[in-house]
Amino acid sequence: MKQFRAFIKKEWFHIFRDRKTVFILFGMPVMQILIFGFALTNEVKNANVAVLDYSKDAKSTELVQQMDASRYFDVYSSLNRSADIDRVLKAGKVKMVMVIPPDFTQSIEAKHKVTIQLIADASDPNLATTLVNYASSIVNDFQKQYFTEKIPLVVTPEVRMLYNPQLKGAFNFVPGVMAMVLMLVSTMMTSIAIVREKELGTMEILLASPLKPLLIIISKTIPYLFLSLINISTILLLSVFVLDLPINGSLFLLVSLSMLFAITCLSLGILISSSTNSQQVAMLISLMGLFLPTIMLSGFMFPIENMPLPMQFISNLVPAKWYFYIVKDVMIKGLGIASIWKEVLVLFGMTMFFLVVSIKKFKLRLS
Amino acid sequence: MNNIANNQREVVISATNLTKQFGDFIATNAISFEVYKGEIFGFLGANGAGKTTAMKMLCGLSTPSRGSATVAGFDVSTESEKIKKNIGYMSQKFSLYEDLTVTENIRFYAGIYGLSIPVIKEKTAALLQQLNMESQKNVLVKALPLGWKQKLAFSIAIIHDPAVVFLDEPTGGVDPITRREFWEMIYSAANRGTTAFVTTHYMDEAEYCNRISIMVDGKIEALGTPSDLKKEFNSATMDDVFLKLARNAKRIGD
Repeated sequence: MKQFRAFIKKEWFHIFRDRKTVFILFGMPVMQILIFGFALTNEVKNANVAVLDYSKDAKSTELVQQMDASRYFDVYSSLNRSADIDRVLKAGKVKMVMVIPPDFTQSIEAKHKVTIQLIADASDPNLATTLVNYASSIVNDFQKQYFTEKIPLVVTPEVRMLYNPQLKGAFNFVPGVMAMVLMLVSTMMTSIAIVREKELGTMEILLASPLKPLLIIISKTIPYLFLSLINISTILLLSVFVLDLPINGSLFLLVSLSMLFAITCLSLGILISSSTNSQQVAMLISLMGLFLPTIMLSGFMFPIENMPLPMQFISNLVPAKWYFYIVKDVMIKGLGIASIWKEVLVLFGMTMFFLVVSIKKFKLRLS
Repeated sequence: MNNIANNQREVVISATNLTKQFGDFIATNAISFEVYKGEIFGFLGANGAGKTTAMKMLCGLSTPSRGSATVAGFDVSTESEKIKKNIGYMSQKFSLYEDLTVTENIRFYAGIYGLSIPVIKEKTAALLQQLNMESQKNVLVKALPLGWKQKLAFSIAIIHDPAVVFLDEPTGGVDPITRREFWEMIYSAANRGTTAFVTTHYMDEAEYCNRISIMVDGKIEALGTPSDLKKEFNSATMDDVFLKLARNAKRIGD
């Protein structure tokens, strides 16, 4: 126990005396959440649109005001001629133009039918689709105010976006960022920390000391496990209080399964450190071999359902994919262990496998 | 020095046909020797002669393929944990943590050898005084000159009063004056009863040892006091003795 304490104390010195390490450990998670939360978002907020209103009557003005009032759009300019449409879109000032025909109020009242035109800049197709969808729903809301009672038979689909009614991007990236940060802290930092001792030659001294090899590995990883817990808490606090993301499921379940994933990552880190003697190689393997697949194949950036079959198969080997599912299910859908036991089992199996292999490899090096 | 070794014939290291084989390659080939308490034993050989492999087996880092050895009375194959408690080890890399202060390094190594806190405090103070480093105790090790690091590393390697201290080329890259001072520290540790098992490339250092063994191609080809060996090989210097033996080596150094 005394040995263990002395060792952990030394690890803290290593961690807190290296500015780069401190930055990666504490700056990175906060930065990633803020960048993904506020900069790298595929949500549309306050997009500039232009309006070409030929009627300029009471109802058309009301529609334009509703557009402007929504948090998705800002009415940037009012156009007077159809020739202007092309000009403003080309100038890139606005992403969409809404054209309202003449006699808007009259048509509504007399014919119960009116057509408006939405012209969107589709050079960014996702953005254009999103804008048109948002605008259509505003128009739908608008028409409900006037039409429902007058039209005898209307089939209105009532769409509910379950689990994420506001279609927030944060629901998708917070689990992704958690997986990435744990991967960085637990895998990369741990493998570098162990390999550093080999590079310095201190590992030899430790192995020649009465410390048991297993104790060396455990003492090297415990501080990072603890830091992972801090990182998980930071990310969850930020997402609840800064990004307004609710935690629908059990917090205890979420944190304990995150710790399970942290242990998966730690065992991967030990595995990497036992296969190389250089800090640079350890970092490269962690980044190229683990970090990239985490981003690309976990379903966090690109939906796995859309990948070709071989890629879908490979994605099953990425531990982060399972963790990503678990976090989404627990945090966002609010599911309990009964619905995710399969994912948990896979992750647990992977962890055991990596732990056994890495400890075996570590022992093999000794003899 | 020889007198100490000869008077108290208490065996601290004893190897009998100690062998390590990796596949077809026999790194250490049936070596046998004894080292006595308080002795400074030089373990010489060209690169690739099998010194490191032999030393690893004696430290309990590697299990012998054949033969046996005891260190401080414990069997290397079965009691490596007990051996580790009773030896000190210092490699050519000095093995201190550069981002820890002098005191922190001392406390860490004393801690992993399981010394109690009052003992650690007492030892730390004594060690700092002995090395004349009290004013540097809170300095990061990376700021120390090489010679100081080396002396500190040696003092730390014997902080738990081990029966044997293994020194793997401890004076690489150090200036002659510091080397001389370093050897004085080894002598004083030996006088206190700690056996020193030293590998080295410097033949003048070999002369400082009580007895030396010279390994060629995995076997011990010569063993004795420096003066005996010079007589035996009809040479004026240890350099000559070494060259005469090493010239016949078939393995190429790594």
